[in-house]
Amino acid sequence: MLEKALTGSKGYWTWIIILLAIIGVGFISYLRQFDYGLGITGMSRDVSWGFYISQFTFLVGVAASAVMLVIPYYLHDFKKFGKIVILGEFLAIAAVTMCILFIFVDLGQPARVMNVILHPTPNSILFWDAMVLNGYLFINLIVGWTTLTADRKGVPPPNWIKPFIYLSIPWAVSIHTVTAFLYAGLPGRHFWLTAVMAARFLGSAFASGPALLILLCFLVRKVSKFDPGKDAIQALGKIVTYAMFANVFLLGLEFFTAFYSQIPGHMHPFVYLYAGLDGYSKLVPLMWISTILAIVSLIILVNPNTRRKEKMLAFACAAVFISLWIDKGFGLVVGGFVPNMFERVTEYWPSLTEGLITLGIWSIGFLVLTVLYKIAIAVREQTASWPELH
Amino acid sequence: MSVNRRKFLKIAGASALIGLTGTITIEELLKSNAEASVTPGPDALTAKRWGMVIDVNKIKTKEDYEKIIHACHSIHNVPDIGNTKDEVKWIWEEEYENTFPGVSDEFIPDGIKHKPFLALCNHCANPPCVRVCPTKATFKRPDGIVAMDYHRCIGCRFCMAACPFGARSFNWRDPRPFIKEENKEFPTRMKGVVEKCTFCSERLARGLQPACVEKSNGALVFGDLDNPNSDVRKALSANYAIRRKPEIGTAPSVYYIIGGNEHA
Repeated sequence: MLEKALTGSKGYWTWIIILLAIIGVGFISYLRQFDYGLGITGMSRDVSWGFYISQFTFLVGVAASAVMLVIPYYLHDFKKFGKIVILGEFLAIAAVTMCILFIFVDLGQPARVMNVILHPTPNSILFWDAMVLNGYLFINLIVGWTTLTADRKGVPPPNWIKPFIYLSIPWAVSIHTVTAFLYAGLPGRHFWLTAVMAARFLGSAFASGPALLILLCFLVRKVSKFDPGKDAIQALGKIVTYAMFANVFLLGLEFFTAFYSQIPGHMHPFVYLYAGLDGYSKLVPLMWISTILAIVSLIILVNPNTRRKEKMLAFACAAVFISLWIDKGFGLVVGGFVPNMFERVTEYWPSLTEGLITLGIWSIGFLVLTVLYKIAIAVREQTASWPELH
Repeated sequence: MSVNRRKFLKIAGASALIGLTGTITIEELLKSNAEASVTPGPDALTAKRWGMVIDVNKIKTKEDYEKIIHACHSIHNVPDIGNTKDEVKWIWEEEYENTFPGVSDEFIPDGIKHKPFLALCNHCANPPCVRVCPTKATFKRPDGIVAMDYHRCIGCRFCMAACPFGARSFNWRDPRPFIKEENKEFPTRMKGVVEKCTFCSERLARGLQPACVEKSNGALVFGDLDNPNSDVRKALSANYAIRRKPEIGTAPSVYYIIGGNEHA
């Protein structure tokens, strides 16, 4: 089926070349980082994780969200998702690929990455994260590929794939739970030491992933003859609505615990992120943009009249995605490091090289996504012309 | 040439044997290496759980602090990069309220409030950095020292996120150009790995006290926390001492005597 990615319109190839160019710049930037060391980034002794780890955290959520299509379709026989389940699975593949790359570029000694396998350490959550992420990538690759191949032939997927599909459901939950456990089990980091971290991660994941998927569905409909279906998109919209409410509710719980208890250590990171601490307030505008976008998106999403208008829905989904990207792809990680263990504030901002590497990895993700979607769409366009198979 | 059944079995058996012995040899090698690194020499100082007591009042002048810090950083080839972003440090000064956040009281003698405290790795009995390391590059030795294998560290910095004491430094860049005078008896580090205080395990193995203790004029006491007759235990039974963030359960092995008396 791969050959389907090798033929495309002028627009398709232009897009591919743009992505390759950005990837090239990102790769050259990575070589510079490899040569100089991670000091080329904005990270420091005090804020020792930055953009890379926060992108990774955010994208694990996007990857996990495929389950929001798999559950309705395979467990509840919600037929309208039949055509787009593959889009969710392929989005998961692209997202996990980015996750793995973001971890890799964050390593100080990338050549030693295999030490995680050579010296397996089950008490380290990072070990488990490496296991579940690679497992999830594998599951989605075989499930996506097998179901699409069957589709192309106009036959139902083979029975042996069923256990993998069912396995992908708890597995999706596991990747984001384990990722939350990276943070939620560290003594001394008040901002992260919260039992609702994994729940909040899942809430934000099931909002941001399907929101991106809706935007991708609109895009697919625009650039191809494959229509994901109005009802499917609306159903996804409802999922985004519920999940975004759950996410904001869980964030609200964090605020309550911090500010009603008035325990300084619990309040400080929130104060730093949303109001500034000791005169440092670099992230305050971003966090408020995130907050405003979250509120605006919820107003649009909760009202069926606005949600049903596709332009409004697209706007709300973009708002959800950006809001959660700021919240999780930036604030969550940095907030855990501010103030530092000595209650001093060191601020963080990504460097240019760091930004270019990040952009490069996102482009690799989009390249993977483009190629996989191209194949899926080609199959869908082909089967759409067969009248009575579905 | 066709391989018959007999021949096949022979080859398979031989390969299995080579495979097995190969594994054993490697295991033996690893084992002897691991043992060698912790086998004490004839003069070595040993303990069940090494600990340190810092009598804050006994360190008086700026020179006192500098002497202690320099002793550590110079023999361990700790680079002086000159900016806080890339900074590497094993032992350094912090103010009281920064060393003991949440404990610092409003009304305490000025002499304590603005007095520098020495901060270093606490060699916790229950170290979160060891728990999170995905490669066992940081590990707890049987004598309680939390040690690092710079050759195994992949530089993921999970240990830095996990350490509640900010004791760990990462080599954000090649540290070697920033080492003023290299001590050839101690390894330098490369970029991309984490490092921290080792309680001078290399000196203990040769029967020497940690460098900071040696230069402290008795302000720093080092010994076995498991031995009631050790210097550290004597200091702790004669004085009220506190530890950093005891409430989070990492069980630090570094104690601070705040209002020390003359018997310590």
